[in-house]
Amino acid sequence: MRLYRTLRLALRALTRNPLRALLTTLGIVIGVGAVIAMMEIGAGSSTAIKKTIASMGANVILILPGTAASGGVSFGMGSVNTLSPDDCTAIARECPSVRSAAPIVRARAQLVYGSRNWVPNLMDGTTPAFLNIRDLDNLTEGEPFTERDILNGNRVCLLGPTIVRELFQGESPIGKEIRVKNVSFRVVGVLPAKGANMMGMDQDDILLAPWTTIKYRVTGSTLSNSNQSAASTSSTVNSLSNLYPGTSSDLYPATSDVQAADNPMPVRFATVDQILASAISTEEIQNAIRQITALLHERHHIREGEPDDFNIRDMTEMTKTLTSTTTLMGNLLLCVAMISLVVGGVGIMNIMLVSVTERTREIGLRMAVGARPSDILRQFLVEAIVLCLSGGALGILLGHGGSTLVAILLHWPVQTSPAAIVAAVAVSVTLGLAFGFYPAWKASRLDPIEALRYE
Amino acid sequence: MPLIELNRINKTYHLGDFEVQVLKDITMSVGEGELVALMGASGSGKSTLMNILGCLDRPTSGEYWLDGEEVSRLSLDQRALLRNGKIGFVFQNFNLLPRTSALDNVAMPLSYAQDNPSEREARVRAKEMLERVGLGERIDHEPSKLSGGQQQRVAIARALINRPRILFADEPTGNLDSRTSVEVLHMFQRLNQEDGVTIILVTHDPNVAHYAQRVIHIHDGQIAAGIYDAQAPKGEEGQA
Repeated sequence: MRLYRTLRLALRALTRNPLRALLTTLGIVIGVGAVIAMMEIGAGSSTAIKKTIASMGANVILILPGTAASGGVSFGMGSVNTLSPDDCTAIARECPSVRSAAPIVRARAQLVYGSRNWVPNLMDGTTPAFLNIRDLDNLTEGEPFTERDILNGNRVCLLGPTIVRELFQGESPIGKEIRVKNVSFRVVGVLPAKGANMMGMDQDDILLAPWTTIKYRVTGSTLSNSNQSAASTSSTVNSLSNLYPGTSSDLYPATSDVQAADNPMPVRFATVDQILASAISTEEIQNAIRQITALLHERHHIREGEPDDFNIRDMTEMTKTLTSTTTLMGNLLLCVAMISLVVGGVGIMNIMLVSVTERTREIGLRMAVGARPSDILRQFLVEAIVLCLSGGALGILLGHGGSTLVAILLHWPVQTSPAAIVAAVAVSVTLGLAFGFYPAWKASRLDPIEALRYE
Repeated sequence: MPLIELNRINKTYHLGDFEVQVLKDITMSVGEGELVALMGASGSGKSTLMNILGCLDRPTSGEYWLDGEEVSRLSLDQRALLRNGKIGFVFQNFNLLPRTSALDNVAMPLSYAQDNPSEREARVRAKEMLERVGLGERIDHEPSKLSGGQQQRVAIARALINRPRILFADEPTGNLDSRTSVEVLHMFQRLNQEDGVTIILVTHDPNVAHYAQRVIHIHDGQIAAGIYDAQAPKGEEGQA
């Protein structure tokens, strides 16, 4: 009851001079507005980033080949292919925190269909597990290729929507043949659209095929020519070679069938460019990385203290980097907003001091009719808080309006942040308390006799 | 027992190294239901005495018994409560809150009252009080829309809203013309006679003091001779 009356009194005092009250609160309005707009835009962009990362495939772990080193000289990352498809199989099989793993073999080549051609951004040889890891399971059309296609190195492929648009112009590509480096591929499916990733790269400009096909038919590295000391194989003895016709010219004289039969080709590891694995959940990513590291150490015979011949990256690192960047920017802007809030608070204090001086007689009168110093203190404190709160409310509206405008005009992602609103209200009240206290205290210390006589 | 009893009240102000004794051994009493005028020239100490009587200030030494309570050593808050409950003030310059309706002006002291009446009750009481001073028609008028006499009547209504025992009027007619002065003074007399409110009129004007039952003359911080004489010594009037 008492507080209600004080509140009404404060409101009446403020509405006596509405323009002044408005100008006084301008600092607070702008400060709170800036905080709200900043928080909403910041929250929106960090959600957008999280979404982008999720669209790249949740919980993805990327295993890259490491560096080659000879006699203490490192040749840099990617200078040696150390990952094999068997590593991939082992990771999928032996690491409990890994849901699935897929090898990736990269190629870059022109696609030709009829009179049209296109060079896709990504041309990945992989396994069907890739679709699962990258969240591409629900094909728009057709069926994914199978393990059998991989074993046989079948010339089948899945196309991203961008390629379909460029090559087929609205036609259904299913069952059509496209040529890649003079190798004909049958299109078996169309991948779902994923749009651009956070780096702006079109994720739909992609061709997926069995990794064996890309590796041996497109990039043309065969088991034999990937190791130049090995002779090129005979087609009659080693039936495998039929599957993988080499395209490079022979450096060494061809071996006869007899020679080949006498020197059977040693079983060699093929290499892959990357291995993509997915953890069973976001929380398990770190465990998965530990398990993969241990497994690869064992498989690659890397002893304690030796440098790894592979690198493991996970998207949480990227997520963290990006969110920490936006958080940093947000905090920076928040600092600016805080400064404007403090400036606004000083404005409030200034006007409250003027108001106390102006109303000295009123204060004297109130004291004479029985107001205690604490009543006067409370009255002016409530007035300052009401001033700040209404400024804060106006600022919330302004900030929210501003961020909505940004969302409409600039199409920035924006998210209403209840925490920001609560914080803004709390900050306004705190400002009112902090900057209203001195004037209120000054008012409460007035001597009623002096104050009544004040002109 | 008288309502007000002062016993050897002294008030000394310190101005740097100087000591100015404004009140010297004031001993006086005012009975319940009296209408007393406090007269004196400016600088005689009558304002200081009124401040002490009105519990706005504390004496340097001496005893002040108000309504059977020794109040000269009360704290700031206790004095505020006392003023709210037992004392009403009417000032020369009315001291109404600007841009505030007469009703709200009158109801203002109620928000500091101990019994803390509800908003509605406060409005009812303020309205009654305004009707009593003859301003029932103008409860929503702001002070700037009222004449001087009406403003002073609003101030009187405000002073009476908490049903005080004593009403202090500090030069209540100082800013009024003679006709409205008479009206206001008649109102004081009526309040004194009909409601039994003890009234102390502070004035330098013998015409005003004439309305009182008795006059106390203050001269140089002391109560001058002829305390109970409404027709004050000519010499002192000349100074006023």
